[in-house]
Amino acid sequence: MSEPSKPQGRKFQLPEHLKVYKNVWVIVEQERGVVHSVSLELLGEARKLADKLGVEVGAVVLGAEGPDLNRICGDAIGYGADIVYKVTDPVLTDYRTDPYCRVMTDVVNAFKPEIVLLGATTLGRDLAGAIATTLVTGLTADCTELDIYMDNRSLAATRPTFGGTLLCTIQTLAYRPQMATVRPRVMAMPERDDSRTGRVQEVFPNLQEESVVTKVLNFIADREQNEAQLAFADVIVSGGKGLGKPENLKLVFDLAKVLGAEVGVTRPLVQAGWVGNDRQVGQTGKTVRPKLYIAAGISGAIQHRVGMEKSDLILAINTDPNATIFDFAHLGLVGDALTILPALTDAFGRRLSVNRMAG
Amino acid sequence: MHIVVCIKQVPDSAQIRIHPVTNTIMRQGVPAIINPFDLFSLEEALRLKDKVGARVTVLTMGPPMAEASLRKALSLGADDAVLLTDRKFAGSDTLATSYALTSAILKLSESDPVDIVFCGKQTVDGDTAQVGPGIATRLGFEQLTYITKIEDISLGSKEIVVQRRSEGGVQVLKTKLPCMITMLEGTNTMRFGKMDDMFRAARYELKTWSRDFTGAEEAKVGLKGSPTVVSKVFVPKPRAEKAKMIKADGTSPDALAAAAIDAIFAAQPKLADDLLARAAAGL
Repeated sequence: MSEPSKPQGRKFQLPEHLKVYKNVWVIVEQERGVVHSVSLELLGEARKLADKLGVEVGAVVLGAEGPDLNRICGDAIGYGADIVYKVTDPVLTDYRTDPYCRVMTDVVNAFKPEIVLLGATTLGRDLAGAIATTLVTGLTADCTELDIYMDNRSLAATRPTFGGTLLCTIQTLAYRPQMATVRPRVMAMPERDDSRTGRVQEVFPNLQEESVVTKVLNFIADREQNEAQLAFADVIVSGGKGLGKPENLKLVFDLAKVLGAEVGVTRPLVQAGWVGNDRQVGQTGKTVRPKLYIAAGISGAIQHRVGMEKSDLILAINTDPNATIFDFAHLGLVGDALTILPALTDAFGRRLSVNRMAG
Repeated sequence: MHIVVCIKQVPDSAQIRIHPVTNTIMRQGVPAIINPFDLFSLEEALRLKDKVGARVTVLTMGPPMAEASLRKALSLGADDAVLLTDRKFAGSDTLATSYALTSAILKLSESDPVDIVFCGKQTVDGDTAQVGPGIATRLGFEQLTYITKIEDISLGSKEIVVQRRSEGGVQVLKTKLPCMITMLEGTNTMRFGKMDDMFRAARYELKTWSRDFTGAEEAKVGLKGSPTVVSKVFVPKPRAEKAKMIKADGTSPDALAAAAIDAIFAAQPKLADDLLARAAAGL
């Protein structure tokens, strides 16, 4: 890689046979009747891209026929879709790669969208990688910005690379559809507009359960588990060696409880046996991206940093004003975590309860 | 049972720096490591080998210097190692890379059919998570990504039961070999190599395969075989170098805590609503 290059490919003209690909699609992610918020965010983004291109927004909703699916089709229109492809089959009740991939490949080949967007979730990334292969087309993962180069109506998908040190804009020029995944909470949530109207096109893939090798034996919902769910937490309170001794970890748990947060730790605490490795944040632990990350008594070693630096807001508490963590935290507080944590617990508790009564 | 573990040698991304004047990546002196996510898959393959017996082949595509990562994997307990290297592969995106790796896996299958392909969940340099699914789709293997646990495997019935992380819960899946598995990070801890494996790794004669050897079509690899093009590379706007330090009247923990909460809500006004909603819902 040399000098930052000028945008290329603007002069590229799409071959005639690919010009039939039209419209911007979002594959709407739903599991057990619950739509993932990223799909609604993507509908808002698809709306902007489609308006720029002068085309329609399509939403693909897959699952078993039922009231949940019908409600989701309505949601998709409210959040920006002009047409909903409602793909129903009992085989699609639970997500499994093979039937979803087969159906999506057929639906894309039948209706030919020019852009297909998915959430960069465990489902979206699993499915996108498979269908980009069957469709033989380009896929850009984890985009943070989507735009259209109007010169040739191509999608410009921008994403971080090399651990976020660089951004690159990637295009799929001579292949269709152009595919991209976007992480949850990267794009703004659009306003729902119930006055919007749209069409629903039903698709019946007529799948055979016997033709699907993988069976779902069970689904263990997170809310029924005691294990830490760091990767999906909105708020995380983490502790490091600065806490001194295992008993002090309770102060972290206390604050987390008031905030409805998960508790994270650094690797040394796991190695010392304070807690299990399901709470470890960092290079060999979990990568997290909460809205708020409170780091108490954590110095900011690079192995920890790479697992949490993408958090929306990082508050670091450390006695050492020169601690590395203050180089990349957004907010810093020089003080002893052992006294600050209980003070934060009290203050948060008061504010949240006072406001609750007022509200 | 024959297990293939695909690994990638990557620059230690934590240590990459951008030249302040030219805005280019400074690769000099950045150590090359095995992609950390691959190690969870390699360890799981070695555990299966310990448990039910298997031959573990590590496979990488990359420049000749990627040999170091293969020897490292051998020293940890892998049995064989294949380096897929050819200038024709340069510039491959994920579609072309999965095609090239698949050609090598098919070549390996000729002499010893492959039952499980392990890949890393994603790499730390590309972060795409696309090569594993690409390989599974091309091979027609069952695709098992984000696996947190292999509960059971039976070589007789060729059945495998796994736990898979999904949004909001864990799926317990039962499927048949052959399959492609990517392990979620933090699900196991890489072992230390044994002394005799380290000696073996040093002496091991690597299999070095070219595009011609695996029979991969030239039009489907490298830049030619890659649908995506990088049209622009640029440095993100750096965020304020240092944290904004919270000051309060006095240094009492209560004053500091109050000031910290004010600063949090000032920086993220929406967060206050979220926390309230959460508290109200009793979460």
